[in-house]
This record gives sequence, C-alpha cells and structure tokens, in this order.
Amino acid sequence: MKKRGFADLFFLFLVLYLVLPILATALYAFATNWNSTVLPEGLTFKWLGTLFQDADFIQAFGRSVLLSGGAVLIGLLFIVPAIFVIVLYFPKYEKWIQMAVVMVYAFPGVILAVGLIRAYSSIGVPMILAVLGAYVVSILPYIYQGTRNSLRNVNARQLLDAAELLGASKVQAFSKVLLPAVYPGLFAGALLSFSVLFGEFVLINLVVGSRFETVQIYLMKKLSTSGHIASSVVFVYLVLMGILTFAISILTKRSKGVANT
Amino acid sequence: MKVLTSKKSLVWLLPFVVLILLFFIVPLLYMVISSFSNSDGVTLDQYKAALTNSYILQGFKNSITLSAISALVALVVTLFAVYAIMRFSESTRERILVLTNLTSNFSGIPLAFAFIVLLGNSGLFTLLFEKWGIDAFSSFSLYSWSGLLLIYIYFQLPLALMLLYPIYYGIQQQWKEAAALLGASTLQFWMKIGIPIMLPGIVGTFSVLFANAMGAYASAYALTGSSYNLVAIRIGALLSGDIFAQPELASAIAVLLGVTMVTAMLLSEWSIKKTRRNL
Repeated sequence: MKKRGFADLFFLFLVLYLVLPILATALYAFATNWNSTVLPEGLTFKWLGTLFQDADFIQAFGRSVLLSGGAVLIGLLFIVPAIFVIVLYFPKYEKWIQMAVVMVYAFPGVILAVGLIRAYSSIGVPMILAVLGAYVVSILPYIYQGTRNSLRNVNARQLLDAAELLGASKVQAFSKVLLPAVYPGLFAGALLSFSVLFGEFVLINLVVGSRFETVQIYLMKKLSTSGHIASSVVFVYLVLMGILTFAISILTKRSKGVANT
Repeated sequence: MKVLTSKKSLVWLLPFVVLILLFFIVPLLYMVISSFSNSDGVTLDQYKAALTNSYILQGFKNSITLSAISALVALVVTLFAVYAIMRFSESTRERILVLTNLTSNFSGIPLAFAFIVLLGNSGLFTLLFEKWGIDAFSSFSLYSWSGLLLIYIYFQLPLALMLLYPIYYGIQQQWKEAAALLGASTLQFWMKIGIPIMLPGIVGTFSVLFANAMGAYASAYALTGSSYNLVAIRIGALLSGDIFAQPELASAIAVLLGVTMVTAMLLSEWSIKKTRRNL
C-alpha cells in the first residue's frame, strides 16, 4: 500500500510537470498584464485578435500548412504504395524498410541540414525543395508504422485473396476492399506526420531561413519582441495539436475496431 | 502469372527509392565527403580540429551530460509513473496516453517559450519565489545548463512513457499471480522477475532518449541563441556562420554526432528486440 502511494506521487509529478507549462502559456495568451503579479491582472482577447490581423502570421501559417501538408501528401502518394508492395508481396525485404526507418530516425534535423546544404546549395536547386524532400523522408517512420499496423490489423493478404476468390479484379480488390479497410490507420499516420512537421524548426531555419517564414520561424522572431503575441502563437499551435491528437486517437480506435468486427 | 504481377508491382518502389536516395543518402554522403575535404583536397584536418579544439570538445561533453542526465531522470520518473498508470482503468489509461501524445508534440520553440513564461526573468515561479522570499532559487537561471535540463526532461517524459508503457504491458498478470502463489512478495516479484525481464527494454529506452536529446536543437537555440555550447548548436553556428561559416568543420562534427546517434539507435533496436523475445 505504501509503495502504491510512492508510485502515485511520481505519476502526479509527471502530469503536473507536463500540464503546467501548457496552462501557463495558454493563460499568458489571454492576460492583459502579467509582469509583476503572480497571476495576470486581467483577461483579454486582444492578443489573439492582434495575431489574427497580422498578415505575416496568416501567411506564415499558410506556408506551414502548405509545406507540411505537401510533404504528407507526397509521402502518401509515394511511400505508402511502396510499403504496400513490400509488405504484401516481398515480406522478406521488409527488414530493409525497417532499417531505413531506424536510420531516418537516427539522423536528427541538424545533421540532415548539413548534408542538404553541402549537396544542393551550390548547384542552384531551390533549397525549399530540398527541405520538402527531406520532410517527406523524415515522416517515413510514422507513415510506415501507421500503414504496417493497419495492414496487420485487417489481415491484408487474406483479405485480398478472399476478394479475388469472390471474383474481384486486382484493382477492385485493392481499391474497394483493402483501401477502405486500412484508411483510418493511414489517415492517423498522415495526421501524426503533419503534426510532427508543423513543429519542425531546425531544417527550415538552417537550410532556408527567413526567406520562407513558417509559423515556427515567426514564433522565434516574436520571442524577443512580444511575449503576448508569442504566447498567442503557442496557444493557436496547441489548439491545432489538440485537434490533431484527438482526431488521431479516434481514427486509431476505429482502425482497431475494423479488425475486431 | 503471379510472378508477373509481383514483378510489375516493383515499379511502385521506384519513387520511394529515389526519394530516399535524393533526400537522405546523397546529402549524408556529401556531408561525409565534405568532412574529409578542404580547399586543397582530401584531408583529416577537420577531424583533427574537431577533436583537439577544447571548445568543441566541451560542447560534446555538455551535450552528453545533458542528454544522459535528462534521459535518466525521465526514465526513473516514468518507471514509477507507469507503474501507477497500470492500475488505472482502461479508459483512464487511454486518456493519459492521448495527453502524452499531445505533449510529445510540445517541443522545440513553443516549449522553450512555455518555460520562459514559468521560469524566465519575469516568469510566474520566479516572481512567486521572490514574493515568498525563497532565495534558494534566486541563483537559478533558465538560460543555463540547469534551465536546459528542465526543458530536456520535459520533452523526454512523453517519449519515455510511450516506450515504457508497452514494455510494462507485456508483464502479465498470470506471472504475478504465479509468483505470489509460490510465496513471492510484490517486491520480490519485481526484483527477481519483472525488472530482469524489462531490463533490455529499459536500456533500449534509455538509448532512444539519449539520442533524442543529443540531436535536439530548437529549444536550446530559442533560449540562448548560439551562446550555449552544445554539439547541435555548434553545428548550426558553424553552418550558418554567425561569424564566418565553416561548413567542412560542421560536417566533421555532424559525422561524429551521427556516429553517436547510430550507435545509440542500434543499441536500442538490439535491446528492444531482445525484450520482445522475452515477453
């Protein structure tokens, strides 16, 4: 019983430690003045209003969505079919994909940034394309995980065989049977990838810099100029991440549900 | 017929392979080549410079201690916290995991800012401690090693939780019951059965956490610019050239960091696989 209380204490510490910075930042976004008092002197929507009237922010938001969304879309178009083919027809090569996943995970943005600059900055390739490509590669672990799990959940191989046995063509079996079954898992992987890329700062800052100002770079600039605006940016970011996380958890549940029915 | 369709389906691998080549293999190769070159040709000078320059070595030392200690703290806290979580109902556990997933996205610049709000020069706690007259924290600065440690622990915690949770999950209730029937106390169960089974998984988790912190850049950059001496920060500074750019030296340091990361990841792969076999 005593041990129980001891472990609970650690759990409480963990939750407080994780939640407190989030709550404080959210509160700061609505605080009128919070420089000398322990709690804010009043609450206001002024900062959020200012933020959304700032064309720079709206454009930065648009760039972030475009870049992260574009990378996820390319990933879905080119990485997912490759994983399908390997898992369904060449399972013995799957360890190569797994190795690629580990390698991609092992090299952080700061190392990849060095490589991208050395490889492409002097030959006239627009560096934003290099970052886009690196983004596509960097979501491989999440896309692989999502695709692999949903293929496993629905017993993809048997599902395809059964569909073809019942007279469906290969294309029909793929598009009418397999895709709808694995769709929630794929979508969850895509949203997770998007949320990871949306928070990316190292690559875009080192390789492209302020020529392509994303939300993260905008936030970095505001950090030294206005705490209230910065906290509003973080608040908006948190709300977006909250929505994405919630959607991912529902989709993941649904993809497991498909397997159970 | 079957072979034919399989062969045809290989076409789908092509764009994937091209992507990996262009945006992963080729850049890393160029980085390695660049680390061995200067204006005259092939040389080991960059490595010699990196390994003898006391400032760069200090950066490695700072990064390694920061990563190891933050990984260790997160690991210990999560080991106990997950033990508590396992006793909650399924729906509560699920809610905790969703919250963990949310906070795992809270890193980099936004996280650094949140800690400025709490512990910066006019942060919430800074003012609170001042008001209460607690001097113990007056020497604390968020913009130093100890401040960075708090931030690193923050982004390690969700990752540690997500990695340890499935390992705990594998410890089956039947084992506990069997051990209890044979007369083992709870403590004995964990010391003699539970922890030994989980040990490779714990080691693997530690090395993922270590690698995670070694590669982190944004939080430290947001707090201290290029002034705090970490390996990742050094690479960034040499690359963008706050004073003057030295991309070849940056490449050499990046290769050294990359070797560290790959070693840590391979170690974790190996030990996590070993745990899976046990469970």
